[in-house]
Amino acid sequence: MTVPSTQTVVYEWLRHDKKFPHVWCPGCGLGILLGALVRALAASGLTKDQVALVSGIGCAGRLPVYVDVGSIHTTHGRALTFATGIKLSKPELTVVVVMGDGDAMAIGGNHLIHAARRNLDLVAVVVNNRTFGMTGGQFSPTTPMGAKTTTALYGHIEPEFDIAAVCATAGAALVARSTVYHVDRLERLLLQALQKKGFSVVEVMSPCYTNFGRQNLMASHVVMMKQLKEQGIPVERWQKMSEIERRGSFPLGVLVDRDLPGYLDSYREVCKTAAKLRSEGKI
Amino acid sequence: MTRASRPRLPHPRVELRLAGSGGQGLILAGLILAEAAGVYDGREVAMVQSYGPEARGGASKAEIILSDEPIDYPLCANVDLFLAMNQEASDSYCWDLKPGAWIVVDKDLVNHPPSSRAVSLAFTTVAHEKLGKRMVANIVALGAISAMTGLVSKRALEKALLSHVPPGTADINRRALALGIKLGGAQAGKPPSAEDEEYDEESD
Amino acid sequence: MIKRQARLLQGNEAIVHGALAAGCNFFAGYPITPSSEIMELMSRELPVRGDVFIQMEDEIASLGACIGAGLAGRKAMTATSGPGFSLMQENFGYACMAETPVVVVNVMRAGPSTGMPTNVAQGDVQQARWGTHGDHPCIALCPSTVAECYELTVVAFNHAERFRTPVVLLSDEMVAHTREKVVLPHPEDVEVIDRRRPTVPPDWYVPYKTDGSLIPRLADLGEGYRYHVTGLTHDERGFPTRRLDEVQQFYTRLFAKISRQFHYLENVKDYYLDDCELLIIAYGCSARSARAAVRLGRERGLKVGLLQLLSLWPFPRRPVSEALNGKIAVLVPELNLGQLRREVLRVNDGRTAVIGLNKLDGTMITPEEILTRLRVIK
Repeated sequence: MTVPSTQTVVYEWLRHDKKFPHVWCPGCGLGILLGALVRALAASGLTKDQVALVSGIGCAGRLPVYVDVGSIHTTHGRALTFATGIKLSKPELTVVVVMGDGDAMAIGGNHLIHAARRNLDLVAVVVNNRTFGMTGGQFSPTTPMGAKTTTALYGHIEPEFDIAAVCATAGAALVARSTVYHVDRLERLLLQALQKKGFSVVEVMSPCYTNFGRQNLMASHVVMMKQLKEQGIPVERWQKMSEIERRGSFPLGVLVDRDLPGYLDSYREVCKTAAKLRSEGKI
Repeated sequence: MTRASRPRLPHPRVELRLAGSGGQGLILAGLILAEAAGVYDGREVAMVQSYGPEARGGASKAEIILSDEPIDYPLCANVDLFLAMNQEASDSYCWDLKPGAWIVVDKDLVNHPPSSRAVSLAFTTVAHEKLGKRMVANIVALGAISAMTGLVSKRALEKALLSHVPPGTADINRRALALGIKLGGAQAGKPPSAEDEEYDEESD
Repeated sequence: MIKRQARLLQGNEAIVHGALAAGCNFFAGYPITPSSEIMELMSRELPVRGDVFIQMEDEIASLGACIGAGLAGRKAMTATSGPGFSLMQENFGYACMAETPVVVVNVMRAGPSTGMPTNVAQGDVQQARWGTHGDHPCIALCPSTVAECYELTVVAFNHAERFRTPVVLLSDEMVAHTREKVVLPHPEDVEVIDRRRPTVPPDWYVPYKTDGSLIPRLADLGEGYRYHVTGLTHDERGFPTRRLDEVQQFYTRLFAKISRQFHYLENVKDYYLDDCELLIIAYGCSARSARAAVRLGRERGLKVGLLQLLSLWPFPRRPVSEALNGKIAVLVPELNLGQLRREVLRVNDGRTAVIGLNKLDGTMITPEEILTRLRVIK
């Protein structure tokens, strides 16, 4: 894959009239994702007019505003519903949805599983920093058990969701995972998701030092990055590992890739059937 | 149908109530009557029906207002015609009848009609014996009340009937309607018209 | 499909015909009594036209999809009832904030909560106005007959497009399920208003910059106009802002775009108003009872008249205020505990007695109940 220089891509794809610096804290992974996403978009051969970027509420929700495409910053958890309306209205648009873990899996969990089941051609990027960062570090559905958060001062007692596994079970056509440390892989996976027909999910593990790391006695965001490096195991290797070896880590790469009937194709058939029945006077 | 050729209404606002139990087809009968009067006889019509669980199981009713003026209140308050297809419906919905209202009940299913003036006709038995289907008792009743009251034209009723019955049942429904018209016509003290006498089962 | 002939239609069906005549080409919904016929008929008609119908996972998603479609250039509608309308309030506010045209039908049933799903009520009048958080402008229309269901649905789409705002159509269970004979107009005879789209090249497009109308032009997503949409307060370019001057300007315009057109939005019908001493102000199914009460009252020599409100929000202050003048008393019959009477009282400002006739039992107010109350007043 040819990767255009970052500077070129940034100049081409980011908004020039939007005030920088961005809203994210030092050490946040969202800037890395932003870079990877625009590079993947550029590499996919799409023009800026062919892309709509939709997001919900939270730190990840602030990502689209920086990108010079049609960008919609929606309500908390509902980004996929807006994206569904946009994609059905303008099927030729490539619609990318950026959500956080709370956004996608807590308040928007219902929309996520139904979008995966429906298999409409959307790209869902779920940034998993294991906490509600924007609101001050409360626990999210992906917070590990035992972790300390501002609403679990004595240690978190709920098991966590595996976002990729949920999406795979719900029927997504492509499910992949990377971290913001493994940025090359992230970019490749995003590109693959953009090119995939059907509902694709890319889970992006990302550090939140400000509101998660500090509460859990991690020395710095660098430490958190190192953790991501160690925890993320390429899926090929992961598959050969034993249960015990897998503990504390997660697989990276394409976890599910399958060809399923897409919603748009099926809906076009519905329209044909309906028009035929009407012309025959049967409805 | 032109204004001149449709039946005259006895009052500016005529209220009809068809009641029975869910499944007896009173709502369908009401729908056919409303469409006949509204679409084919060209007058103003409003119909409100039981809605929700009772429409499927318990007591069910359709209320129809006929008028030549725009209709304001869409519910019955002063009923001109009451059809009851079972005892429960007869007991439940007979409280706001107009003095002198037409009251028609199913002879076999309503043992205690709300008034001694009530006309009891064996819709269900007739449907079973003459047509082999109890299910069309509603259409027999529809024919009967139309003939008795003359509120809708027969042609309109037939047109509306055929646009609502499932495919393949047009014939039996038409026969049921004709049977009802004969029953009702006899009760109204008017001899059934020649057209009705000669109703031809093979007509189309 | 629509021929100029008499048809027997339910209110819910007439809403679909009105929507299609107005150019509705996107529907997303979730089943709920007593509105489901709207969705069912849409699921039959929209695919025939190659337009979009989708049943979503809940009402939140339904309105979300409609807003997305609205931004992508569609004329979108959803239909629901009380519980679903409650769920939609979050995205309703978003549509106000992002100035997205969308029509939300609420077929009112008895609440709160699950209430009586198959029974009529008019309890969502104030919710339609104030349901979403924060101050926001609102347009709500209220039909009372099958014919008005058709007409007001067209008007709802036209207002949504013209004002770039969500519009609520407040129907009720009785209006929804009453079948009436109606003659629908030719679709060509229906006035249809479309949103203004930008005429400048994309580079010059400033999405929330306005001219004298105070209503910005809306570009369809994906047509080369790349802009940002957000539920945060935003500047002319659509970018989030908290700058005092920009925020104040934004809110002022959001209200003014509608408030300066109050006269255009007022929609009332009067019946025997000229010489009446007793006035009834009613809307929705209760207006039908009120009309019958006026008819019966006049037959009995009672000088009674009706002002029927077809637009509830913005509240038609001027016609209501004019109608209040010189009346002995005003009766407001409604299937709630006085939600509209509050507004009449505000306009009345002590001039006359404003009396409520309220009912919550899931049945219509009868004409006799109104007459009885009028006789007591007299």
